[in-house]
Amino acid sequence: MSGIFIALQGAVAQGILWGVMVLGVYITYRLLNIADLTVDGSFALGGCVCATLIINFNMNPALALVIAALAGMLAGAVTGFLHTVLEIPAILAGILTQISLWSVNLRIMSGKSNIPLLKLQTLISGVGDLFGLSQAQASIIVGVLIAVLMVMVLYWFFGTEIGSAIRATGYNEDMIRALGVNTGKMKLFGLMISNSLVSLSGALVCQHQKYADINMGRGAIVIGLAAIVIGEVLLGVAGSLFVGKLENFAFRLLAVVLGSAVYFLIRAIVLQLGLKTNDMNLFTAVFVALALSIPVLTAKWRAKQAYSETGEEDDT
Amino acid sequence: MLTITNVRKTFNKGTVNEKKALCGINLHLNPGDFVTVIGGNGAGKSTMLNMIAGVYPIDSGKIEIDGVNISREPEYKRAQYIGRVFQDPMRGTAAGMEIQENLALALRRGQSRGLSWGIKANEKDFYRESLTRLGLGLQTRMSSKVGLLSGGQRQALTLLMATLEKPKLLLLDEHTAALDPKTAKKVLELTDEIVKERELTTLMVTHNMKDAIQLGNRLIMMHEGRIIYDVAGEEKKSLHVDDLLKKFEEASGEEFANDRMMLAK
Repeated sequence: MSGIFIALQGAVAQGILWGVMVLGVYITYRLLNIADLTVDGSFALGGCVCATLIINFNMNPALALVIAALAGMLAGAVTGFLHTVLEIPAILAGILTQISLWSVNLRIMSGKSNIPLLKLQTLISGVGDLFGLSQAQASIIVGVLIAVLMVMVLYWFFGTEIGSAIRATGYNEDMIRALGVNTGKMKLFGLMISNSLVSLSGALVCQHQKYADINMGRGAIVIGLAAIVIGEVLLGVAGSLFVGKLENFAFRLLAVVLGSAVYFLIRAIVLQLGLKTNDMNLFTAVFVALALSIPVLTAKWRAKQAYSETGEEDDT
Repeated sequence: MLTITNVRKTFNKGTVNEKKALCGINLHLNPGDFVTVIGGNGAGKSTMLNMIAGVYPIDSGKIEIDGVNISREPEYKRAQYIGRVFQDPMRGTAAGMEIQENLALALRRGQSRGLSWGIKANEKDFYRESLTRLGLGLQTRMSSKVGLLSGGQRQALTLLMATLEKPKLLLLDEHTAALDPKTAKKVLELTDEIVKERELTTLMVTHNMKDAIQLGNRLIMMHEGRIIYDVAGEEKKSLHVDDLLKKFEEASGEEFANDRMMLAK
């Protein structure tokens, strides 16, 4: 029983650390209306940069997180450049950056596909030693602190003049351009912020699991979408149960981080029930496909049910 | 004010779909001019407005506002001079944002946007006042999402947004065409009020000849990328729809009945 508990604790820890990535995906997918596939590459980029800095340069793990985030920002800028200046469709621009990051990441790790951190101190093990916590507990604390900090920063930023202009770009490009905003620049900013969060998350996960791997970002975008869907459902349920609509931007951001934790919990439970790790990608993809299609299918079904040949008599 | 010199634009040059949209447009607007623009489908009315706003680059010619050559400025830079209302009510506002957020975006038209808060507390009174003047009751719903408004309300809001920070030039591209007749009338009245009150230099494209005659101090008619008729002052006031139809036949050499222009009487 305690084995399951420990496994679930580990899942929550992982979920919260990945939640920082989900914040990034939320910015592009929900605010800018772009499905940015850079994510798979920039997540691994964060991990690779972080591991290399700690191993080769003996860098402070906290500083390594910052530099990993900056590297992600650069990756986002590349996608942004391809998309806004060279006018390559967003999905393709993301794929191009993602695929090139695979080579870049291998270069960063000097050709190795995996760098273990072994006994080296990380931010998470440091916090664990300091308070006498298990690695999972330390990860949860560090993850929650960083996620909340990021939510606060994002809440502030997207309330500023530039942040509002970025949100408006996602809603209606024609409108905000007519109001004097360079929409290309706004998308570039959005992609940079998003991918810096994704890389930061990759670096955190690297410090949590104590290794970086060239494949650690595979399927990240799908996990991000799953977490967003779960988070939004949770927010809707919480809203209808307690306090009315939770429309506030900060709530929406916190909800997707929570969604990420729930996703990894579900995943851990499914694994405990006997599904193989190798099947997880299929499981996640099916889950996201269902989650995205259920609203469409119910709307069609309702329209079909509501149809009647004669129509209803007007009551009034 | 606005000076357009010999502006030309051809779409899909050198292909079978080649379309000469503007064939040497010359136009000068004095400050405070309210010019209505009529013409058939494909006459170049919307293209002319889009060229002024910078949606597409022009092939040749010159567009100046108050002596500043803006011919090669990108759309977002020209926005500092120009307020716009589109035909589609969905295009002028951000549906997912609050009414006051939309207004705050509009108040900063053409200014550089920084890291200060996107909507300041002291602006809200100004927004409330401005919304009250629209007479649609929107001042009590400032934190509602714009997506909840009707097409007419959204179009009125767009009009307010375009003029919130006084533009040197206001471009109205058939901004009542997608509305039902009653709403269209209301929005037109608002337009007239705002333009007069703020003394805005305005170009308004319309399909409705009656509106074109009633509103503004000057009327131009376009046909196949050219301005074929330009009338102002007393002469314009005394115009009738039939005069315009006759003028159109004269100037274009075409039988009006055969044209698909469908100018509503």
